[in-house]
Amino acid sequence: MAPPERRLLERYLALLSFGPDGWGDELLAGAGVTISIALATLPFGLTLGLLVALAKRARNPLLRGVATLYTTVFRGVPELLTLYVIYFGMQILVQQFWSWTGLPGSVEFSPFIAGMVALGVVLAAFSAEVWLGALNAIQKGQREAAAALGLTRFQAFRLVVLPQLLRVALPGLGNNWMVLLKETSLVSVITLQDTMFIATRANVVTKEPFLFFGAAALIYLSFSVLSAWGLDRLEARTHRGHRPRGALR
Amino acid sequence: MSWCAWPGHAIGLDVLERYGCRMADGLGLTLQLVAISFGLGLFFGLGLALLRLRGGRVTRLLVAGYTTFFRGTPLLVQLFLIYYGLGAMRPFWQDVGLWWFFREPLYCCLLAFTLNTAAYQAEIFRGALLSLPAGQAEAARALGLHARATFLKVELPQAMIVALRPLGNELIVMIKASALASLVTLFDLMGATRLAFARSFDLSIYLVAALIYLALVEIIRRLWDLFEARLTRHLALR
Repeated sequence: MAPPERRLLERYLALLSFGPDGWGDELLAGAGVTISIALATLPFGLTLGLLVALAKRARNPLLRGVATLYTTVFRGVPELLTLYVIYFGMQILVQQFWSWTGLPGSVEFSPFIAGMVALGVVLAAFSAEVWLGALNAIQKGQREAAAALGLTRFQAFRLVVLPQLLRVALPGLGNNWMVLLKETSLVSVITLQDTMFIATRANVVTKEPFLFFGAAALIYLSFSVLSAWGLDRLEARTHRGHRPRGALR
Repeated sequence: MSWCAWPGHAIGLDVLERYGCRMADGLGLTLQLVAISFGLGLFFGLGLALLRLRGGRVTRLLVAGYTTFFRGTPLLVQLFLIYYGLGAMRPFWQDVGLWWFFREPLYCCLLAFTLNTAAYQAEIFRGALLSLPAGQAEAARALGLHARATFLKVELPQAMIVALRPLGNELIVMIKASALASLVTLFDLMGATRLAFARSFDLSIYLVAALIYLALVEIIRRLWDLFEARLTRHLALR
């Protein structure tokens, strides 16, 4: 008979294994869902954020007002609340549309899309502030020079402003990404089967909360640490060929 | 009719009239959760920042590990680790006489929030203390101030000016994060709202809750502007 510590360790390893009784494969799939929803949200949220930032600088006061209202609301309301409103709201809308079309049966609304939209609109609100700061950091002369060269406003933005914008905005956007990664844990409440959802279910089945929430914590932690490392590398890369002002030749 | 049913009655929103009192209680709990955890977090955060800056090598490493863990994992995971994880060790807590604490979702929630915000606040204080020029502490020492007075009279007041903005942001983050309390059976503002929605299926109750949260955040923003004006009044142009 093995000593009790040994048996406990064996039990834990069995629970985390990839076999039919272990939760290792499920947890890994959950980690995959976590990373996919974060990656799916990123382009949507960042693009919307850039558009909101541009709207905040628009000449049209109505557009500016709408953009300011947008960032105030989605930065001030708990993400959980935004998630519920979008999930339930979209569900009601989709069902009404379905009954309006008169088709038989009913439709299930995907929690993945709802989660992506909710996390995306919040990311857009926060990243808009980062984009705005970066836009303000680009000197007016850059746009004037582009205009003097005969570039249209769109060309000036795409060819002159945007490449510089990415370098200035990257540290702030990196922070947005780290926050997003952790916020994805909320989608478990709308039944999307991410890391947190799997850990919760494993806890219900096995009554080993410490093991499974600990495993979930380690999964998130490794994503965070990896991201921090990757962002550092990316920042160094965007600064290549860009000497700090006043540096010696 | 009690006062908390009034707003719903006045604007003719049935669900708010019926659940107004629960929402008001929920708002009270939300404020309580945030005030206690943020207040304790200030205290622990400053302590952790000092340990990280002035402690020995092992202490510094431990504090760095603590902040990395609590800033690198979602608050939801931390909350569940404490509520379900520590809560499952019932025999142990009963032996050490702490079961009354880990039995209550409110205390678990407060513990999770405090540990989380302390990690973020520690980084804020660390950054603020590091931003002070070394000459400040050196000048204080040259004047014969001992370490305690140097910290309390010279370094901390200046660091607070730098830390004020990020601390305000952290308070706002905590108000929003406190909505997670509703996931461990607590009826904070979010919990009361979820209950009202689950019983009425009226989505507008979520919009009411959103407005309340927005108002809270706006009040804090204004208050913080006042604090900042007061703390930096010696720097203002005369």
